[in-house]
Amino acid sequence: MGKNSQVIFHTIFTGERLLLEVTLIYGFINSVILALVALGFNLTFGISGVSNFAYGALYILAGYTVWILVNQVSMPFAVAAFLSVIATGIVGALLYRLVLLRVRGQIISEVIATFGVGLAILELFRFMGFTGFEYTLPPFSDGAILIGNTYVDHQRIWIVVAGIGIAVGLYFFTHHTKVGLAFRGIAQEEKTALSLGINSDFMAGLSVAFGSALAAVAAILVLPRGTISVNDGYEVLINAMAVCIVGGLGSTPGVILAAFLIGYAQMITDVLSGPHWKMIVSLVAIFVILVVKPSGLFGKQKELEERI
Amino acid sequence: MAQKRKERIDRGIKVRAEDIFALTSYREMLYIAVPPAIPVVLLAVLPLLLPAYWQKVFISTAIFALLAMSWDFLVSVGMVSLGQALFFGLGAYASGVLDHYFKLPVWLTIPLAAILGGLLSTLFLLPVLRLRGIYFSMVTLVVPLMFERIIEATGIFGGTEGLTRLQPIGNTWLELYIVALAALAALFGFRRLMTSDYGLVLKAVRDNDRAVMGAALNIYWLKTQALFITASIGAFCGAYMTHLYMFVGMPAFALDYSILPIASAVVGGMGTFAGSFLGSFILVPLSEALRGIGGLRTVIYAMFLVVFIVALPEGIFHYVQRKYQQFERWVYVEK
Repeated sequence: MGKNSQVIFHTIFTGERLLLEVTLIYGFINSVILALVALGFNLTFGISGVSNFAYGALYILAGYTVWILVNQVSMPFAVAAFLSVIATGIVGALLYRLVLLRVRGQIISEVIATFGVGLAILELFRFMGFTGFEYTLPPFSDGAILIGNTYVDHQRIWIVVAGIGIAVGLYFFTHHTKVGLAFRGIAQEEKTALSLGINSDFMAGLSVAFGSALAAVAAILVLPRGTISVNDGYEVLINAMAVCIVGGLGSTPGVILAAFLIGYAQMITDVLSGPHWKMIVSLVAIFVILVVKPSGLFGKQKELEERI
Repeated sequence: MAQKRKERIDRGIKVRAEDIFALTSYREMLYIAVPPAIPVVLLAVLPLLLPAYWQKVFISTAIFALLAMSWDFLVSVGMVSLGQALFFGLGAYASGVLDHYFKLPVWLTIPLAAILGGLLSTLFLLPVLRLRGIYFSMVTLVVPLMFERIIEATGIFGGTEGLTRLQPIGNTWLELYIVALAALAALFGFRRLMTSDYGLVLKAVRDNDRAVMGAALNIYWLKTQALFITASIGAFCGAYMTHLYMFVGMPAFALDYSILPIASAVVGGMGTFAGSFLGSFILVPLSEALRGIGGLRTVIYAMFLVVFIVALPEGIFHYVQRKYQQFERWVYVEK
């Protein structure tokens, strides 16, 4: 992080053209990060209709799991990452089986219950003392490449590549595979899905597990940029929520577009006004879209039922 | 094999105590009169018996009881707010600002802050009143965080240090009894309100808002009124705490003030205000007793919340009420 902020500093002070380029490139990367983080949340909440507000906690859980496996059990990073993704998926499935299954359908209870679990996990980490500068994840490869006149480190390139790959993969998954189509079916009209032989409870559980695994993948890609901090959990949840709501629950293209809108808005406010205002952008975005178009930019479902 | 089922029948004394027949004997009258009298006696007597530290806990409990009851009221209208901290924080800052910058006396700042905080919160949430269910909850979740960030970023109203050296309430007995009186007034007031015609209309808004619209009633206006009542009570709590601790800062928008009322209401029993009251009297002293373990408290509230909402959603008060009014027995199923 130190090297990158020095690079940004240097480039900002050596000309406005460079400033534009930096904003464009880092804005793009920021948007891909937001999209990556939001895709998992979109899979459960948007596409399958199951509220999982423990998403931020699962993200942080994955990060700390990798850290513990790498630093205290001394596993190689790749193995630790793989295990952590599987483990987070299992935790998501357990969360579904123990908590969500009993309150399925009552959305408010789902929200409160999963938010409670997420809060418990995050505060447990904070209590156990997982705060400090030694909690970092190693990046995939060190080094930086030159794009135009700005340096971009390899980790960010990995993020963009993986982000694009996951977005495309998810689109195909939800439109062309049986499981993905089942996810969409149970959100659209559960009774019809049941009558077609789709086990809606099991599918909802699978979607929570997949969404959690995606959160873990996002964590492994994004967290090496800095230290793992518990407050990131809340920020990730809010960013994911903002992107999904602005984009429209259930539509992957909408999520991508919203990620770019919010990502660039955040970058521009960061450059113009300072880092404090970055978080406010996502919150204001949620507020504005809920007032103007609650179903989101590309949202198709439930447009009539949202407003009175 | 003969099968059994559980049968639930109203107790004889409940049937005898319906309506005017309660006046037939002292037993019936006591059956009806004793339950409401318990919180009144409790709140009147406890401040006299508790040592100084636990008196502060008592005030805190009453404040959280007020927040929980106002949350419950909003849920009865159909809006689940995950951000009571918004009302609390706005009231706290309103009274802090009125005190710090305008130097108004305490007996003026608290009521003014309650109304001002209520107005501001309602104005803020006005655009999202049109949205149902989950969207309202999401917005109430993020707005307190937004305020926290704005105060941190702009540094207004004291910024991260907050406003200090505000006026205290003064007399310890006043501190204790005013809030106890407010909690009791809210408890009985809400219960009375929800059985009146107005309360029935509010409950109808929750059950089927289009039916209420079809009856030519303006649901937005009703929802706004309900939100204003809840927000004012939350703001009163915030203003009270500000003057109690003579400080207001960013922690006024803390997540704790949102989660604990919800946990109290869920544990005690949603829908009945006595449940929220009971829940806060269980959870807040419990959390004070567990103060030694620091951050683990939030974990424990959260776990309580999850366990109760998944396994025991009816809450303690509903259970107690059922036991008090009905008895159960096993009977054989007739073929």
